[in-house]
Amino acid sequence: MISNNPALSRFLESYGIIVVVLVMMAILYATQPATFLSATNLSNIIKQNAYPAMLALGMFVVIITAGIDLSVGSVLGLSIICLAVADKAGVPWPIVLLIGPLVGTACGLVNGLGYTLLKLPHPFIMTLGTLNIARGLTSLISQAPISGLQPEVRFAGQKVFTEFFGVQLFTPPAGIPFSLLLVVVCAVALWFFLNRTNMGRHIFAIGGNPQAARVSGIDVDRVLVYVYAICGFFAGLAALLLAGRTDSGFPLAGVGNELDAIAAVIIGGASFFGGRGTVLGVLAGVLIMGLLRNGLNLNNISPFWQQILIGLIIIIAVYIDVLRRRAATRK
Amino acid sequence: MSVTQTPLLEAKGVTKYFGAITALRNVNFHVNAGEALGVVGDNGAGKSTLMKILSGLYQPSEGQLIFEGRPVHFSSPRVARNSGIEMVYQDFALAGNLPIYENIYLGREPGTKLGGLTIIDKAKEREMAQAHLDKLKIHVKSVDQPVEELSGGQRQAVAIARATAFDAKVVIMDEPTAALAIKEVGKVLDLIKTLKEHGVAVIMISHRMDDIFYACDRVMALFHGANFADATLAETNRNEVIGWIMGTRDHTAQLAHDRVH
Repeated sequence: MISNNPALSRFLESYGIIVVVLVMMAILYATQPATFLSATNLSNIIKQNAYPAMLALGMFVVIITAGIDLSVGSVLGLSIICLAVADKAGVPWPIVLLIGPLVGTACGLVNGLGYTLLKLPHPFIMTLGTLNIARGLTSLISQAPISGLQPEVRFAGQKVFTEFFGVQLFTPPAGIPFSLLLVVVCAVALWFFLNRTNMGRHIFAIGGNPQAARVSGIDVDRVLVYVYAICGFFAGLAALLLAGRTDSGFPLAGVGNELDAIAAVIIGGASFFGGRGTVLGVLAGVLIMGLLRNGLNLNNISPFWQQILIGLIIIIAVYIDVLRRRAATRK
Repeated sequence: MSVTQTPLLEAKGVTKYFGAITALRNVNFHVNAGEALGVVGDNGAGKSTLMKILSGLYQPSEGQLIFEGRPVHFSSPRVARNSGIEMVYQDFALAGNLPIYENIYLGREPGTKLGGLTIIDKAKEREMAQAHLDKLKIHVKSVDQPVEELSGGQRQAVAIARATAFDAKVVIMDEPTAALAIKEVGKVLDLIKTLKEHGVAVIMISHRMDDIFYACDRVMALFHGANFADATLAETNRNEVIGWIMGTRDHTAQLAHDRVH
């Protein structure tokens, strides 16, 4: 049944993940009917997972090329400290808003240029280097948290809309978070870029067969530099959201988040071997991790169990990918 | 050589050194439009080096390339491709995760330019791919099929379709049937004949006499990096060509190694 069944393979690739999300929500609703579907809990889940979603979207682009970016957590840290220091130094807010994404993009460019120009054997090496470098820089800039940011800077991460057309639909803290809108806009833009532009297709082609991309006249190194820059840009946006939500910049922000981002992308059905995956799947992957944490918290289960379960889910998700590939391959 | 026709692509006195090694020595080569040329030679005879010079991957140390009657210099495969010289690689060089139509137009996507990007017109691209495959008499279930779901012969057909998608004038194929199941070989060879009908010059490196005598008009042999023989198929036979590969002339059936005495 599993071998040589392209129809099953395509179904698993497209819809398997949505089924998983729905099943999880049903289970959570069954165990905590009063709390789980409350507006407050749902808006909380969204707000908490907006910045991991940004990291995962950036990581996704890298993983399509069969690469990896271990530095996004540290890049988030460097971005958040830079924007907090700038904010405290009295820099006008429109510029502070740009600092996160700019620092992130710059770090991404360093990753991409370093990896391609130095011809390192794998992006793991380059980004492991920048993971350490960016974290070290972060601590050099500030070893203490910096809190109390301008309201305009906090807006993206903190604002929830409770009123629509003059009608009060939610009571704070419940509401539609601005960060949700930002994630949706980014996801749609990324989808368009990946699926409707030539560079998006080249990114998938590099993940499928870099040699094919090269002989088709694609400048693979150039595309990879853009890929890592995009990943850094999203890490910078994540920093802006986290700064807003916590009203601070702190030097340990983002520690370990790169692994959550990788996990979300993989759980969302993107292949670690490169060349496949969907934006919708990545968001579902983030949501699965978020729902799992939320559900276990609501049910007062130890956070250590969360780790164990997330570990299991990663292994199962990749095993599903292995099955999918087996189903897709002709004998 | 035909006196009425200027060769489409010609190489005159091409020599290629790799350090102290002479890979090609004063080699002359030509192919006409609508002609299928088989190139034979033992391993190390210089076939691949010559093809890489024709496709722009290597530059000749000495000698001159002439395309459509004008001297040309192919500094890279991209320049050669822009002139209409395409290469089909032995391993097909396709992205298995992408559908057929995306592979065919990979790197040359139709659509609207926007800054450095192209917004791809997918509907037009599918249509173009289908029309092009129809023209080449290549049948696939759907142009949306990922290439990894195709058989070896179908993949080779897609690789050839990609090479000819933009009015290629010369298509160079390196062992186009070597990786195929026997029942698929015929289809690929028929495809070569279809290309000829459209006026494309086909250059095929092959070790298989069956392929050459089925699909080609002319065969040329290289031996130790130099021209050894060149004849239309009407003027020669399999045993003689096998002899050329081994560097012997007047090779007869009696000498053939597979002959049972």
